[in-house]
Amino acid sequence: MKKKKYGMVIDTKTCVGCGACVAACKTENRVPEGLHRVWIVEEVQGKFPTLQMEIRSERCNHCSNSPCVTNCPTGASYVQKGTNIIQVDPEKCTGCKACIAACPYNARFVTPAGYVSKCSFCNHRLEKDLETACASVCPTHSITTGDLTNPLSKAARLLKKRKSKTLIPEAGTKPNIHYLI
Amino acid sequence: MTEITVTTNKVQNLVGSNLHVWGWEVPVYLFLGGLTAGILVIVSYMILRSKGKNFAQTTGRLVFLAPIALSIGMLALFLDLEHKLYVWRFYTTFKITSPMSWGSWVLLLVYPLSILAILGTFREGFPKIFARIEGFIKSQKILKKHINKFYLLFDFPKKHIKLVAKLTIPVGMLLGIYTGILLSALSARPFWNSALMGPLFLVSGVSTAAALVVLLSKEHSEKVFFTKVDIGLIFVELGILFLFIIGMLSSSAQHQEAVKLILGGELTAFFWIIVVGLGLMLPAFLETMELRGKKVPAAIAAMLVLVGGVLLRFVIVEAGQISSWIKY
Repeated sequence: MKKKKYGMVIDTKTCVGCGACVAACKTENRVPEGLHRVWIVEEVQGKFPTLQMEIRSERCNHCSNSPCVTNCPTGASYVQKGTNIIQVDPEKCTGCKACIAACPYNARFVTPAGYVSKCSFCNHRLEKDLETACASVCPTHSITTGDLTNPLSKAARLLKKRKSKTLIPEAGTKPNIHYLI
Repeated sequence: MTEITVTTNKVQNLVGSNLHVWGWEVPVYLFLGGLTAGILVIVSYMILRSKGKNFAQTTGRLVFLAPIALSIGMLALFLDLEHKLYVWRFYTTFKITSPMSWGSWVLLLVYPLSILAILGTFREGFPKIFARIEGFIKSQKILKKHINKFYLLFDFPKKHIKLVAKLTIPVGMLLGIYTGILLSALSARPFWNSALMGPLFLVSGVSTAAALVVLLSKEHSEKVFFTKVDIGLIFVELGILFLFIIGMLSSSAQHQEAVKLILGGELTAFFWIIVVGLGLMLPAFLETMELRGKKVPAAIAAMLVLVGGVLLRFVIVEAGQISSWIKY
């Protein structure tokens, strides 16, 4: 079977930064108190009165070249088979925090139980052909998930049609969360 | 102007805009790991050079400290783990791309080799203790018939001590280099992103081990020899730091910004005055004065080198965590 490349295409032009994705992720994945797998960034550029604001819903970028996986000494951070999704196996994680230091997006955190966690691309929902929790609740439909290798997927078509960017591509991580600009 | 606001809470590793995942435990481990590497390299080299009785401290007693220093270091590392019960997971796999994985297996090689080195040098290094144990065994009826096995325990490694030394040198160097590469592989932290971290930590480790010999040795010739070695190593270390800064300044914007932490940034004073000034330049100066016959207590320079070695790790671990690709 061909390897699937799951990605998200997030529209910064329609995102209003309501934080529904943050809350949905927290509830769906029972993320411990005070910790978050998704967060909202507002980036304001320019000089008054010609200011420009970009709002982004950010999370683990499920990088194709993932430094968290290469730096993990135990194999706890791994690439889910047949996909590009990066997962953490709590049964293998020693909590050494090398992956946290290796991630240029600062997307990882230590849970109160001691192991490291982050966005799982809602793989338990993907299995049932459901969208990720963040995408399913977005009131402006700004988050589109899909297989980027399939040119007919909605995500791939959006990328083809619109201008987009990834975050810190110069870090060489080949991120798979794309932002429409 | 660019202003970035994170409007919902982000992850808890950030204090202000700085990552904070490693506290005192990691620099302490890196120092003790480097010191162990230095001890192993120095001891093995001196054994191969057949320095014997002239360098009683180095060829006899010093290696005893290697597993002790390493164990304290590993304890610090263990304290840093957040999921402590799963520590054994380091040893159920080998990950070729992870320096930490390499390191954890190298640590396992260090113990048997240093124990062989201790046994092989024990009779000469600790003659009184050896005689006492020997006397005890001879006085006990049950143990008496095993006396030959007791001798074999020390004589076998002693017979092959040069082979042990030959194996220990590369393992010691690997240990020293790994403590630096461990940081440089974490590409998200530009300050660590230099392969020179490997040689820097190795040289610093050997330098601190040489200072330890000066501190512990009772023989004048041994002290003088290692004072000379230490001065040489301090200059090599300064050279590597210089190259590191050049490398950073001629790299990407993120790397240039990262190295500015010690070139005008928040860690500048600490790095130049305390680490370079008091930890490297002053001891090199004091040691040079000593060799010229001025009356300077040798212990002061040696202590400065050791403390400087600890603080070098602290400043580098801290600077790496402050430097990043994004500031949120």
